[in-house]
Amino acid sequence: MANQLKRTALFDRHVELGGRMVPFGGWEMPVQYSSIKDEHLAVRQHAGVFDICHMGEFLVEGPSARNFLNSILSNDVQKLNPGQGQYTLMCQKNGGVIDDLYLYCLQHDSFLLIVNASRLEEDWQWVSNQKEKLTSNMGRIDLDNKSDSLGAIAIQGPSVRSWIDDCFSIEDPRVTEQDISKLQKNQIGTYLFDSKKVWIGVTGYTGEDGFEIIAPNEIIPEIWDSLLAKGHIGCLQPAGLGARDTLRTEMCYPLYGHELTTETTPLEAGLGYFVDLNGDDFIGKQALIDQKSKGLTKKLIAFRMTGRSAPPRPEYKVLSSEGKDIGTVSSGTSSPSLSAGIGMAFVDAEHAKIGNLIEIEIRGRSFPAEIVKKPIYRKH
Amino acid sequence: MSSIVPDILKYAKTHEWVKVEGDIATIGITDHAQAELTELVFVELPAIGRKLKFGEACAVVESVKTASDIYSPITGEVIEINEELADNPGAVNIDAYNDGWFFKVRIADSNDMEGLMSAGEYNDLIGS
Repeated sequence: MANQLKRTALFDRHVELGGRMVPFGGWEMPVQYSSIKDEHLAVRQHAGVFDICHMGEFLVEGPSARNFLNSILSNDVQKLNPGQGQYTLMCQKNGGVIDDLYLYCLQHDSFLLIVNASRLEEDWQWVSNQKEKLTSNMGRIDLDNKSDSLGAIAIQGPSVRSWIDDCFSIEDPRVTEQDISKLQKNQIGTYLFDSKKVWIGVTGYTGEDGFEIIAPNEIIPEIWDSLLAKGHIGCLQPAGLGARDTLRTEMCYPLYGHELTTETTPLEAGLGYFVDLNGDDFIGKQALIDQKSKGLTKKLIAFRMTGRSAPPRPEYKVLSSEGKDIGTVSSGTSSPSLSAGIGMAFVDAEHAKIGNLIEIEIRGRSFPAEIVKKPIYRKH
Repeated sequence: MSSIVPDILKYAKTHEWVKVEGDIATIGITDHAQAELTELVFVELPAIGRKLKFGEACAVVESVKTASDIYSPITGEVIEINEELADNPGAVNIDAYNDGWFFKVRIADSNDMEGLMSAGEYNDLIGS
């Protein structure tokens, strides 16, 4: 990485809070403040707040925006009404994943895409190129990369719904706006912070209930401060990328560069639910239909170490119980919720059955693990 | 945040400490090292009887996030390891110089001690 690392609007806040800053996707981000375990368990039991300003935001607007997005994204955009969002994937023609992202429908012909920091440039180039290619026979589409001017904060955990309404106000109570705490999973609404407009969506990357707040960078630090002050009653604490990674691994949520790459299809990554093969055409659809009809050769599985071992890590080899090389770990860690080694791995499809015993090779020695159902962590 | 650096120990620039009693050296990692590594979830120690060379990677410590090698500051044979760390790797974070010791070696070459730092020199290295 030749370029200098970028800093989010919250950089000074992280340093003040004792955040340990590390490079991530071209940004200098906090990996932890107190400890990964502590922050992880705070999110599972109470609440955590994450700086996600590094993520990218694209606005796609105009009479043909909906059809355009439906032609480049795997999920069915036609299902989205204003105020609703969906998880979706952007694929190459061969089905390989360019990025996974969140798509929100703000108004009938206005959409917000939240993309990964590490893929922002590739995504923007791809979307811009496809617009040039596909829209000669479509109506107007306006693309706007808002990533430099917008920031985002995630609050996650069982307590957040009980105090989030204290932090923002409703834009206009006479219109059909509702309290933030009444929003359902995947809904998004416009609210006010200090009379400035912000978007708040119900989503996250932890498996807990929670919200993502998208706002202009100028007011991001004040929002952060307000959340920490008002969230105090809900035991809110700042949480870093380390906890974000262990939380998402317990839930088996993919991370671009690990479970998803241009060499991997959404079907191999177990994300078929977010791929609409029966609806309108989108780039990569035919390749995915072909792959589905032929059958998958590799599959993403979740596993849990069954005995004492070092934590599994990405790139470690996966062996069958007979010692045959059957795949590679894509993500692995020590689960703070389960106090056990857990991970995900791509393995030969014939070995991918839940309950199968496998082995993970750690520094030349094999340690037993079991293929388990996703997610690895479940709330009681 | 300043680290504890006991005067009675010797230190390697790779952040291990050494306590010498006769021809036996007890080895662990420094308070500064444990703080940098963050809370440990796993410690892998060398087998008893293994002959270590100065500077050889001989143990692995793992936090939630990463695995890091630990290097032997002494040439010699491993005669005892801290079995407690298998169940309680967090002891290294709580008390790096006592309960958090890693292993003991029978010193084969006392010249190794010359290459180690005093507490003062180690303090300068970590800038505490």
